Amino acid sequence: MKVIEAENLTKIFNKSLIAVDHISFSVYEGEIFGFLGPNGAGKTTTINMLITLLKPTEGRASVLGFDVVKQANEVRKVIGVVPQEFTADEDLTAYENIMLCASLYGIPSNIAKDRAMELLKLVELIDFKDKRVETFSGGMRRRLELACGLINRPRILFLDEPTLGLDVQTRAAIWDYIKLLKEEYNMTIFMTTHYLEEADVLCDRIAIIDHGKIIKIGKPSQLKDSLGGDIITITISGNEDITDVIKEIKNVKEVRKENSTYRVKVENGEIVAPLIIEAIRKRNYIVTRLSLTKPTLNEVYLECTGRAFRDGNDSEDFKFKRLHLWRARGK
Amino acid sequence: MEGERKMNEIRPSFLRGFLALTYRELKKWLNDPIMIVMLILQPLIWMGLLGKSINIQGLFSAENIEIPSEIILPGIATIPPSQGFIILNGTYLSRIFEDIGSKIMQSIFGVEDYFSFMSIGMISMIVVMTTMFSGISIVWDRRLGFLDKVISTPVSRAAIIFSKIANSTLRAIFQASVILALAYLLGLRISNTFTIMNILGIYLAIFLMSAGLSSIFIAFSIRSTRVERPMQLINLIMMPLIFSSNIFFPTELMPNWLQAVVNINPITYLTDAIRQLTIMEINVQALIIDFIYLSIFATILTVIGIVLSWYYLTK
Ligand SMILES: Nc1ncnc2c1ncn2[C@@H]1O[C@H](COP(=O)(O)OP(=O)(O)O)[C@@H](O)[C@H]1O
Ligand SMILES: [Mg+2]
Repeated sequence: MKVIEAENLTKIFNKSLIAVDHISFSVYEGEIFGFLGPNGAGKTTTINMLITLLKPTEGRASVLGFDVVKQANEVRKVIGVVPQEFTADEDLTAYENIMLCASLYGIPSNIAKDRAMELLKLVELIDFKDKRVETFSGGMRRRLELACGLINRPRILFLDEPTLGLDVQTRAAIWDYIKLLKEEYNMTIFMTTHYLEEADVLCDRIAIIDHGKIIKIGKPSQLKDSLGGDIITITISGNEDITDVIKEIKNVKEVRKENSTYRVKVENGEIVAPLIIEAIRKRNYIVTRLSLTKPTLNEVYLECTGRAFRDGNDSEDFKFKRLHLWRARGK
Repeated sequence: MEGERKMNEIRPSFLRGFLALTYRELKKWLNDPIMIVMLILQPLIWMGLLGKSINIQGLFSAENIEIPSEIILPGIATIPPSQGFIILNGTYLSRIFEDIGSKIMQSIFGVEDYFSFMSIGMISMIVVMTTMFSGISIVWDRRLGFLDKVISTPVSRAAIIFSKIANSTLRAIFQASVILALAYLLGLRISNTFTIMNILGIYLAIFLMSAGLSSIFIAFSIRSTRVERPMQLINLIMMPLIFSSNIFFPTELMPNWLQAVVNINPITYLTDAIRQLTIMEINVQALIIDFIYLSIFATILTVIGIVLSWYYLTK
């Protein structure tokens, strides 16, 4: 079932800056759908239109069948939002922040209390529930944001750069929570990221977005396969030419021979590799070396845009840190 | 089916949202002891400096003027032992002089001491200042993303605006109460028409002023991404607004052109209403006019302010 549908969704800022340029896509129930793109690609702008914070300049979008412009309030009730920035009130405690969110959704307070405790346990902040947020680290803040975004038991959760600025361990922890939500609660998750690895590990489907346009959309494995598949490199003992033997195997697309080493382009390398070994053995040759290389999203991106994806975008992390310094001083 | 259960559970109501957001605002400053000290210190300093330094009734006090212990005037007296002279006792003369002083004070300021007059003026001034400055907090809410979070929930947009207005108003009322209590301890002379009920009237007047002013100010601040903008606006209009009112001096002694300005300045009506309810004898007709004017002011500005903020929040 389609839970999010966007058609020619467009946002133009100040009548000239096209931040999101006629994009169309659908998100299906229960999947993790990722928007992958570099800084400034239009990811946040897209999310903001879907969560009703921004009105599209053109096109339309619906969430669970509710139009994001005409039925904005219905949309707001069924979604959870974890924004790119930390939005919790620093002067309040973690518990007070969650309860505030609950009140904004009008959740009856007895239900809200139970749920707040449950969520604080889920994100492992229960021991810090009465501490003011200003004392929290980045990872704790992100987890609190996640808890706040879940208070209304949303059917769709929107995560904007959920691991931006976090260290590797905290990032892995956040990934675990996201997977848990999908598996345990069958929640649909729409997330954005500019980390290739994150998109690859977490997302069922990815849309690669650049300059406000969707360049490619599909399962991470499909996107990578579209490059022409995996590369299996095989070395055998002896000098006989076995190119034809390998070519006969199903899913093999291309074989190149260099001395006794063969570079084989295949689909589904991990399934084909054993078949190749078996075929070679049957001819009584011995495989001495074998390696399997999978194409990465980086190569997909390279192919789509003609430039390499700068993973772990430094300038964005820097901007993020500066924002926090500014916040620390601004008070 | 499960979806339906969830939908029923989410009943965003104006009241719930309003109370939660207002509670958040109150908590923010009540949690902060330094803030509370500042809220009390600020009026105290103003009152101490202005109320006591501008010692107008001191001008008419015999203590500050050297009066000889005896004044001998030529004249014909029929009472012995003096022949052809009247001898006036100096202390008696001082009393006459101070009596005249009080009469002048009374006729100009409506009360016998300037401190009382001034302290009430300070209440108006603090109400205006606090109302304006607390409107700035919405710029922070916006910059820190809190406002975005709130508007991504189904909470009523009106609850967001009203909670900000309530915050400004409550702060203003709190500070006004502090000044009134401090002024009383420092020698404010309360008139004989003062009753405890008058305090409700004072709060109502402050509420009207604060609600109107903060609505318009919030509508302005909500559009600014930088705190500097509303700050500049405050700097631009605050002093002229305060000096073109009856906070420091009664209207009657001002030049005509200034009187015209003072008489449209809502601060004048606020100050007058509070003075009547505390230190002066109540003139029912004048008091009614004060409240009508303040109500009109509050209604117009609140409506404009809310419409503008609403437009911004739902655009
Ligand atoms: N409120 C705004 N006003 C003007 N331009 C904006 C605004 N928000 C974003 N933009 C611009 O739109 C483009 C896309 O931004 P954004 O959606 O935040 O990118 P991403 O989240 O992918 O990093 C950027 O060029 C950015 O400068
Ligand atoms: Mg972004």
